[in-house]
Amino acid sequence: MAEQTRGYVPTYPTITAPTGLWRWVATVDHKDIGVLYIVTTLVFFLIGGLEAMFIRLQLIAPNAKVLDPETYDEFFTMHGTTMVFLTVMPLLIGFANYLVPLMIGARDMAFPRLNAMSYWLLLFGGLLLYFSFLAGQAPNGMWFMYVPQTLPPYTTGPGPNYWAAGLLVTSVGTIAASINLTVTILLLRAPGMAITRLPLFVWTVLVNSFLILWALPPLAAAMVMMLLDRLVGTHFFDVSAGGNVLLYEHLFWFLGHPEVYILILPVFGMVSETIPVFARKPIFGYTFIAASTVAIAFLAMSVWAHHMFTSGMGLTEDTFFSAASMLIAIPTGVKVFNWVATMWRGAIRWTSSMLFSIGFIGEFIIGGLTGPMLATVPVDWQVHDSYFIVAHLHYVFFGGSVMGIFAAAYYWYPKITGRLMSENLGKWHFWLTIVGLNLTFFPMHLNGLLGMPRHVYTYPNLPGLAELNFWETIGAFILATAVVVFVWNVVASVRFGRIAGNDPWDAWTLEWATASPPPPYNFASIPPVRSRRPLWDLKHPENPDPR
Amino acid sequence: MTEQPTSGVVNHGGSDQLGREAIRQINPNVLGIIIFISSEAIFFLSLIVTYVVYRGASTSGPGAHVLNVPVTAVFTLFLWSSSLTMARVTAHLGRNDVAGVRRWLLITILLGAIFLVGQGYEYYHLYADNVTISRNLWASTFFTVTGFHGLHVLVGLISMSIMAGVISPGENHPWGATGVEAVSLYWHFVDAVWVVIFPVVYLWTLIS
Repeated sequence: MAEQTRGYVPTYPTITAPTGLWRWVATVDHKDIGVLYIVTTLVFFLIGGLEAMFIRLQLIAPNAKVLDPETYDEFFTMHGTTMVFLTVMPLLIGFANYLVPLMIGARDMAFPRLNAMSYWLLLFGGLLLYFSFLAGQAPNGMWFMYVPQTLPPYTTGPGPNYWAAGLLVTSVGTIAASINLTVTILLLRAPGMAITRLPLFVWTVLVNSFLILWALPPLAAAMVMMLLDRLVGTHFFDVSAGGNVLLYEHLFWFLGHPEVYILILPVFGMVSETIPVFARKPIFGYTFIAASTVAIAFLAMSVWAHHMFTSGMGLTEDTFFSAASMLIAIPTGVKVFNWVATMWRGAIRWTSSMLFSIGFIGEFIIGGLTGPMLATVPVDWQVHDSYFIVAHLHYVFFGGSVMGIFAAAYYWYPKITGRLMSENLGKWHFWLTIVGLNLTFFPMHLNGLLGMPRHVYTYPNLPGLAELNFWETIGAFILATAVVVFVWNVVASVRFGRIAGNDPWDAWTLEWATASPPPPYNFASIPPVRSRRPLWDLKHPENPDPR
Repeated sequence: MTEQPTSGVVNHGGSDQLGREAIRQINPNVLGIIIFISSEAIFFLSLIVTYVVYRGASTSGPGAHVLNVPVTAVFTLFLWSSSLTMARVTAHLGRNDVAGVRRWLLITILLGAIFLVGQGYEYYHLYADNVTISRNLWASTFFTVTGFHGLHVLVGLISMSIMAGVISPGENHPWGATGVEAVSLYWHFVDAVWVVIFPVVYLWTLIS
């Protein structure tokens, strides 16, 4: 306006939004970047899943010869690394990217270009990691890549270099994304959206971002030292020069344990959004869920060495880390009670999203119960590095994180694409998952108790092992079928799904107050926020939530 | 101050709660760099802890006694004094004095560069004495800790050069003021890391 009064005619450039492929390359919109994250991690999920199928095929019978031992090592290492660093962690960042600005009533993230950079670092870091297959050797030392076995002369190929370099690249992107999310949540909230009114998903993303920021650097340091040892001949983990391999284990697990909470905390937030909406009741104990998230994050930083009970640390350390690990069961249990209490006497709608949310609670509890067992030092000495551990971690990763992410996918898909996913296929997906998941992973507890070590490419024909492994492989194929159904549902519903409208679930948080998919500016006008459920207040002016 | 996104609704309700949130007064650039620094601090902590844990563990010489403490102490003074000149930079930001900001930025860059030259001089002499990063365990930790710090100094010099180039006059503050503020916080952090490294790596040799 000021220009016109001075007789100046503004000649703004006409900005045309790029289309096609270039749109996705050039985008700095948090929703586009969120979609890029989600699609990329879905592809990595399928690759990691394929590796798992080969692992299970190799283990279908004793002394099978599907994969040779070297390839088997590469496949399970890449499976673990892919699922942790290229799938679940960035997938949760992708969801956060898409949803956080919408949920807090912001136009975009605080640093849109940094946001784009985070994504491209993830993609290129992942490609660098996978380039190792072409370079002659993929990483093959388990997802934690312990030294000295990943150093010469034990590993002379380039695999560990690609592992460390690829993950360093993605780590920079992850840290940048966490800074971005933290600043966005703290500073860009809509008027009225006080910290105490944040949707619980946003709460968990906030806590999670701090966990990433403070747990990833020690891993980066460990990877740098390993890389220097391999490339320029330093002696960090060279025992003959005075180095100590336990240092690597400490640095790795200082990330490694918080990492498992990094993979689950935002999922806690996701089901804390879906369960109230589908139970038609506000969340029970909002404050307790938020506070227990902080408590878990705090405890998560002080339990890392429970992965090292067999490394010989001494009684004091064992006792401390055992007790600290068991404490985590308390804030986690608080959450489970909150979700169950939210459903209690609710008018539950049995959507696919709700089925997965409830399935998440059940399966996660199984993984949760073996947690305190493993935190008991003598038990851990017995089952360490056996299939019992594989069972435990897959119940929390797949039964927990992935089930919760499926719940989130059915819930937010209509917001992202404008169309609903097929509920029919969703139910097929759910029941196949439940059957496949438990058939694959429950018998692994028994494998472990029978003494079958993990990370070994085959096993002798001892009583019980052949039968258990056979059924586990059958379960894995059922699980793979479930994933195929899901992927088909995701792809087909973009075209054939029912039109969703702005608010298909009659939900209460701000992302449902705008169109599906939302316009680039998110909100034409930001609705007033007077309580934790701003949309409830809008829909029920006669009965608003207490402030 | 950057403006928060505005909305079309006048009465928002609940703004009473927001008024009490002091954090909303912080600029995004500044808050972002503070959070970044918190993460970087843990990275350096990991490296420094490694140095301390491995101190005396090396099975072959040489050790930290080969370091020339007085020379490094002189270059350390240049680095630390650059924090004082950086304080002048932010003081001139508040006065909307672009020329002053630029002048003090250049002085800070100069002081930081002298420190880097000193580090190069130190490395050169160590290498001449065949103390290289792959010589023994102590040398590995020494070059890694001080090398990463040196890299951070270099990044600081580049960032300051960019800000000295792009800063321009604005309404109340120079354009790019929050960027300069963020860089200044980063620079103080780089100096503070040296406050830990210098005693641990250099001064410790004097009493042992």
